[in-house]
Amino acid sequence: MSAVPESYVGSSSTSPVTHHILSVLVENKAGVLARIAGLFARRGFNIYSLAVAPAEGHARFSRITIVVDAENTPLEQIVGQLDKLVNVVAISDLSPRDAVERELLLASVKVDELTRPAVLEAVANASASIVDVDAGAVTIMLAGTPAACDQFERRLEAFSDVELHRTGRVALSRLGRTNN
Amino acid sequence: MELTGAQALIKSLEHQGVDVVFGLPGGAILPVYDPLIDSTIRHILVRHEQGAGHMAEGYAMATGRPGVAIVTSGPGATNIVTPIANAHMDSTPLVVITGQVATKSIGTDAFQECDITGITMGITKHNFLVQSASQIPRIIAAAFHLATTGRPGPVLVDLPKDVAQSTMQWWWPESVDELDLPGYRSSFDIDEQAVTRAAELIEQSQRPVLYVGGGTLKARASAELLAFAERTGIPVVTTLMARGAFPDSHPQHLGMPGMHGMYSAVTAMQRSDLLISLGARFDDRVTGRLDGFAPDAKIIHVDIDRAEFNKVRRADVALHGDVRDIVRALDAATGKTLDLSAWWAQLRTWQSEYPLAYDPVSDDGLLRPQAVVEAIAQAAAPGTIVASGVGQHQMWAAQHWKYEEPGTWINSGGAGTMGFGVPAAIGAKVGRPDRTVWAIDGDGCFQMTAQELVTARSEGIPIKVAILNNAYLGMVRQWQEMFYEERYSEVYLSADLPDYVKWAEAMGCVGLRASTPAEMKQVIAEANEINDVPVVIDFRTDSSEKVFPMVPTGATNDDIMVHPSQRGARS
Ligand SMILES: Cc1ncc(C[n+]2csc(CCOP(=O)(O)OP(=O)(O)O)c2C)c(N)n1
Ligand SMILES: [Mg+2]
Repeated sequence: MSAVPESYVGSSSTSPVTHHILSVLVENKAGVLARIAGLFARRGFNIYSLAVAPAEGHARFSRITIVVDAENTPLEQIVGQLDKLVNVVAISDLSPRDAVERELLLASVKVDELTRPAVLEAVANASASIVDVDAGAVTIMLAGTPAACDQFERRLEAFSDVELHRTGRVALSRLGRTNN
Repeated sequence: MELTGAQALIKSLEHQGVDVVFGLPGGAILPVYDPLIDSTIRHILVRHEQGAGHMAEGYAMATGRPGVAIVTSGPGATNIVTPIANAHMDSTPLVVITGQVATKSIGTDAFQECDITGITMGITKHNFLVQSASQIPRIIAAAFHLATTGRPGPVLVDLPKDVAQSTMQWWWPESVDELDLPGYRSSFDIDEQAVTRAAELIEQSQRPVLYVGGGTLKARASAELLAFAERTGIPVVTTLMARGAFPDSHPQHLGMPGMHGMYSAVTAMQRSDLLISLGARFDDRVTGRLDGFAPDAKIIHVDIDRAEFNKVRRADVALHGDVRDIVRALDAATGKTLDLSAWWAQLRTWQSEYPLAYDPVSDDGLLRPQAVVEAIAQAAAPGTIVASGVGQHQMWAAQHWKYEEPGTWINSGGAGTMGFGVPAAIGAKVGRPDRTVWAIDGDGCFQMTAQELVTARSEGIPIKVAILNNAYLGMVRQWQEMFYEERYSEVYLSADLPDYVKWAEAMGCVGLRASTPAEMKQVIAEANEINDVPVVIDFRTDSSEKVFPMVPTGATNDDIMVHPSQRGARS
């Protein structure tokens, strides 16, 4: 715990105090996600977020990034059980201090003449960008650290009529730190 | 060679060396039953698919080879869910083949459709939905590889009807590399440093115990265990799943630990300073209340499944891999001879103060169930196999029978599945026709799966069934007596309804009954003379008899309750 950077400590409900990021390489087969979700459900492991995409350069594999709560269940137990799933090929455990984590946030915000300047200011301050506009609303994108996304989400609470989606984080080992 | 998917399935089973399958046909699996007629594989037609599953388990536990069951879709598949869950808990190698509706009908609520791969996801080691006939050889070979290697377990293969009917060019995977299992490993290098650390712990220990679990049987490590135990002089306990892994007659054997374990075995673990766990998983029935379990013991934990390490109890040394290889390595690494004389003196005292006890004279003139188990054992040929149901009779069969070799004790441990006994005994007899097979069953259990005796009779499988008929769901009655102030709620069954002798006869078996010690000896002798048809004996036993010793749930193993006759003596 002591070495976990400030930004990870108690920043919001989406960033658990003691979380680990598992980068899980799985076979791209029907039902794999159900097997993983089912395992977490039946063993009472908590998932904070989960993101899936085809793995780099492979049609056969996908990479699942799972943020898990390693406080209530020892990480060793989660990894050990996950590893027993036949379709799971490899698991890297990225502790937050050893990982680069990013997440994508999309938000549509209703704007009028009065609120528009404040919304644009929030976008500029967060280094977010506007990706869609019409007369009464803007759609904003922010790609950043989970903490930056948390902060921006809180900032947007000042406005009414916000629709917001976050992808859950993806992560890679920091360069120069080989985790496995 | 062009084959249908169904033909390819049967041919694949033949290639796997399957000699017998247990099953029952139906619509979706029909195509598979046709080529079965021309196959060398024996098919045993069960009366309920649960029977097929437990028979396959009994076969596997008696032979060490995987058991195979074939059932149809929908209700056929759901009827075998209990045995699959049972095999999953007890790590028994099974391959279960289910029919499925045609591919294009999946997801439409078609007749007898059910999502059996979804249902069994959490109770199989792995499962497959076959998508094309050409996959069949690979999937069947993979299913057997998964079921039998690493930590064994059940694997289900769901075969849609159209896939069984379509054609493929026959092929057979020649090596594991062709099985397309990039995420699966089943053999592991031994961590030599950990072996050294474990050997140091063993050499330093004063009160070591070899805590032997079912994994020792799965790894076929009995000979290595015997050698290691004899060379070091370390006492041995065998869990409910490991009875037979170490001879009961061996002077170093303290018996079974756990909720109904021997006082000496339970207390040796409690007072131990080093538990060497071999393929055991610190089950709650062994540990009792966890925070009071073996408080002074360091732990060497040997297992093929690394998820078992630190799951329940923190290991001081975890040794990942095959139990047999690791026991050999430990034996080689432990040089110094241990002086365990003080420990053995203590153990011998516990053994002589608190042997297994029961009062042979029953108040109501009925038989003592323990005496029945002992009488059957006494008259049984060496190597006789015992299968049991779940309840008091199971505990008496585990305690009072002396198991001398692997594969002679077959029961449902992790799941505690009532009704396991009769079909498991049938499966064991099919796998080991040279052996006598007794089912020691409860009256409640017998009523759950007795119809499989029709299967046994018609297939010529002459097992012997001893019903310890106490007219009750006895184990539940015991708990209500002890912990619910004798408020008996829904546990009475009646000794006479059904009439077990007539029922046995109606199923083509010989039915016998005994209510007195003299009759008991007589019917056991009679049953031992009958070797062509199944025999069922209705032993009328004392309802009030309870299983002791007992560690009540929520208590630590220090609070073990011995038989009432021994209580005054407790120091
Ligand atoms: C399928 C199933 N249902 C319920 C139970 C709960 N249960 C455990 S032992 C037992 C009583 C078994 O009765 P019987 O077969 O007569 O054995 P006894 O304890 O009398 O020897 C029951 C109901 C169970 N283990 N399995
Ligand atoms: Mg009973």
